[in-house]
Amino acid sequence: MNASLMSLEISVLALGMLVLLADLIMPPERRKFLGYAAIAALTTLLIASFSGYGSCSLAGTAFNGMFVNDALSLFFKRFFIIAAILVLFIAIEFAERLAVGISEYYSLVIFALAGMLFAASANNFAMLFVAIELITITFYVLVSFQRNRLASLEAGVKYLILGALSSSFMIYGIALIWGTTGKLNFNELAAVAPQYTGEKIFLLGILLVVVGLGFKIAAFPFQIWAPDVYQGAPTPTTAFLAVGSKAAGFVLLLRVLFVALPVVAAHWVNLLIVISAITILYGNLCAIPQRNIKRLMGYSSIAHAGYLLLGVAAIAGNVHDATAGGAAILYYLAGYLFTVMASFTVIALVVKTSQTEDVSVLAGLHQRSPLLAATLTIAMVSLAGIPPLAGFFGKFLLLKSVIALGAVNQGYYCLVFTALAGVVISLYYYFGVVRAIYFSKDAADLSPIAISGSARLCIWLSLAGILWLGIFPDTILNLAAEAAKVLSS
Amino acid sequence: MSILTYISGWPLLAALLLIFVPANFRVIIRLVALVATFISMALAISMFCHFKAGQTGFQFEQQIPWVTSLGISYHVGVDGINVGLILMGAIVGFAAACCSWEIERREKEFYILLLLMTGGILGAFASLDLFFFYFLHELALVPTFIMIGVWGRGERKNYATFQITLYLSIGALLALVGLIALYLQSGANTFDLPAIIKYVHDDNHPLSVKAQHFIFPLLLFGFGILVSLWPFHSWAPLGYGVAPAPTAMLHAGVLKKFGLYGLIRIALPLLPEAAQCYVQVIAWLAIGNIIYVGFVAMRQRDLNLLIGNSSVAHMGFIFLGIASLNLIGITGAVLIMVAHGFLAALTFALSGYIYKHAGTLEISELGGLCRKLPFIGTALLMAAMAGCGLPGFANFVGEATVFFGAWSRPALQTATVFAVWGALVIGAVYMTRAIRNVLHGPLPQKFNQLADASNVWRKLPYALLLASLFLFGCFPKLLTDKIQPDVKPIVSMATQARASVMPVALNTTSAISN
Repeated sequence: MNASLMSLEISVLALGMLVLLADLIMPPERRKFLGYAAIAALTTLLIASFSGYGSCSLAGTAFNGMFVNDALSLFFKRFFIIAAILVLFIAIEFAERLAVGISEYYSLVIFALAGMLFAASANNFAMLFVAIELITITFYVLVSFQRNRLASLEAGVKYLILGALSSSFMIYGIALIWGTTGKLNFNELAAVAPQYTGEKIFLLGILLVVVGLGFKIAAFPFQIWAPDVYQGAPTPTTAFLAVGSKAAGFVLLLRVLFVALPVVAAHWVNLLIVISAITILYGNLCAIPQRNIKRLMGYSSIAHAGYLLLGVAAIAGNVHDATAGGAAILYYLAGYLFTVMASFTVIALVVKTSQTEDVSVLAGLHQRSPLLAATLTIAMVSLAGIPPLAGFFGKFLLLKSVIALGAVNQGYYCLVFTALAGVVISLYYYFGVVRAIYFSKDAADLSPIAISGSARLCIWLSLAGILWLGIFPDTILNLAAEAAKVLSS
Repeated sequence: MSILTYISGWPLLAALLLIFVPANFRVIIRLVALVATFISMALAISMFCHFKAGQTGFQFEQQIPWVTSLGISYHVGVDGINVGLILMGAIVGFAAACCSWEIERREKEFYILLLLMTGGILGAFASLDLFFFYFLHELALVPTFIMIGVWGRGERKNYATFQITLYLSIGALLALVGLIALYLQSGANTFDLPAIIKYVHDDNHPLSVKAQHFIFPLLLFGFGILVSLWPFHSWAPLGYGVAPAPTAMLHAGVLKKFGLYGLIRIALPLLPEAAQCYVQVIAWLAIGNIIYVGFVAMRQRDLNLLIGNSSVAHMGFIFLGIASLNLIGITGAVLIMVAHGFLAALTFALSGYIYKHAGTLEISELGGLCRKLPFIGTALLMAAMAGCGLPGFANFVGEATVFFGAWSRPALQTATVFAVWGALVIGAVYMTRAIRNVLHGPLPQKFNQLADASNVWRKLPYALLLASLFLFGCFPKLLTDKIQPDVKPIVSMATQARASVMPVALNTTSAISN
């Protein structure tokens, strides 16, 4: 029992409760500023993690190996805290559009963050399930938080039904794994798994767990919910869903496949290749006809899940050295974090004044606010993978990790060419957004957009992140490579 | 800091600067672009003059580590092969900035993109690191799409933008896969090209023949699409037909040479076995460029489409030069790359001028323009003559050299015959016909008000490009002396047969490399 390792998670949970309590004594007009207090607290925790004093930098295991702190969890914990900080900035901007309970919104974001932090450290199927549920259940509320908007409620119901379905798949899978092997701990499972590779029930269990995680990362064929929920949810929730929830799904997937079950993962190379390829094509092709900007981002997030799965497929091809594939995934996620936050901040600001979320609301944006226009353009260009931004180097790393295995399995070459096709297709709709910003002629509204301080800060932080990752990738790449070593078996 | 960093850095820096200049400061915007490209041109000329011919290895080198774990570094340097290209690119960049006065709306965005294109491609030519080589080219390529899509002309604009984006993105991505595969297969664990070449050749770790046969087609067709290799050329005439003149000048003149440069610099020395297998394929595709596209050019009714097709046809000579795989042929190919850069920029600048003033480029509607536009008309005539390979212009030297080189390879003699025929007959037919219909004959009533390039500033870009064509046409030694010593090692690496593959040819190999 080594509870001090968890002091980060405990402080985050305490912070969430404090925000809830402060709500009771705070006058309503001041509650918006609770968000700044929460951001300050999270920033302190982030700085602590970099200074080496934070509990997340102490390596070790707690609760009989259920909870592990290593380079991988450290990377993801920093990632999640940064994501939550940026989401809180968007939420402060969004506050007046939430009819009631902005402080509940902040605290739910913080509770979801706690779930993600636990997910980063989960080293046991029970822990995995608890972390996932903590994330998902808070998200049910976050998605349907705009109670007076039908679309938000509809999205909440859809997310609830499909989320519950995926959770039940997962718990069933965990039960089957427990039933066959008697192990829940990932490291113990890794030791005994080779004896069970022939066992159908055991494999079915793993498959069901992967299905459950597939829902979280929105990989084909479990992606159906993503566009609807992205479209209906309040914009800060969408941003957190796109980044935090997806990354939590990936860290759990990586741990399950490569820490607990590398033997099985190595056999599932072709499955992973096929899922990755179809996810990329599905996301990109379906994004083409979309007119609703948030829905477009929903499909684009499916496509990006597909690109990230390139890295998973690459690690599966050589489970003994996960450095290339793992570093590529982590680096790509870091770039994706800033890009998505930048785009959703802009979307939140632009959509605020207009009732519609159609791409046409972007018309004339470069006159209404050059900063927002430039930010969204940079975000789209980065998502499309064009140098010198973060997205390009991320895709470069992912492609490199996959091509490296092409000589072993020809399937990887097919995957590479599918990914390239996806990149080319995606140029169409990303440039469509850019074209709508700068070159569409029929701008209905040319009034300047007021940008609040929190949104401005969020935009500048995200832009700095995109450019820094694109131009100076060395630091993050070294951290990512360090973290990815955990996955090598 | 190497001078090369400044050559590509000034335009990029100016692009960054322009972001902060308000859009209604039109004169300042134009001035910044002109000054930046002028400095870069002046530096390129000085670099060209200080370049020591006959010295092997790279000059003006600079290396800064970037991503150490992957072996990526910012590494620039010039040898005889890219020194001419950088000079040409910088001159064309300045000329394109001069010609941009025809752009009247959204000038700020246009100049930013133009500067990005210029700086990016100059950096790509100077780059000796595979990652930056690709990275900077991509930086230059993407503005092309935007410029054609926004400032393009004619009703086929959207279709052309769509096609050029699709083709060139696919080409660039195929090349990227090829480059990554090359990095992984070479085992040198670095993106630094000289280091990879040293590892593969001097330390004797050649790539397996199987890997070469996978990578070479990726590079050939990836780069080939970027260069409009037949039959993947259809984007080029269409795209140049609708592109604004400065974009067409920079793309047809400079960006397009990137793929050819990549083939010579990367594919030939590192993938010799595969290169030798593909020689015939390249040669016949080149004939496709010369003959097929030549015939297509003959049928064009639009001057810009004719020039676009003729520029595609010229690529055939360069491919033929590469296919010859000998010192003379590849030297000729590099010569044409430089010469065609000037020529393509000149012709597109002139057609842009005519379009701007006459409002059309339909050959049947034009006529007698030489009377109204003596300067532009004469320049167009000279450009057309250079395009047919008239001695005195740089193109003649390059094409003649390529023919000599290709003829000396017995397997390519038939192809050479076709190419010569294509160059001398087909090229002359469409060029002279266009000249007759555009410049001579009766002048339509509506063109009575046409004004020629009036002052020195307006004439400057055309005069500069023509002068460069003359200079290298009359004194090709300026280039060949620099090119030859650096092509020699590439040829010897490309033609050496590996002992394990052809043990019999061992003696001849050593004879060649000596």
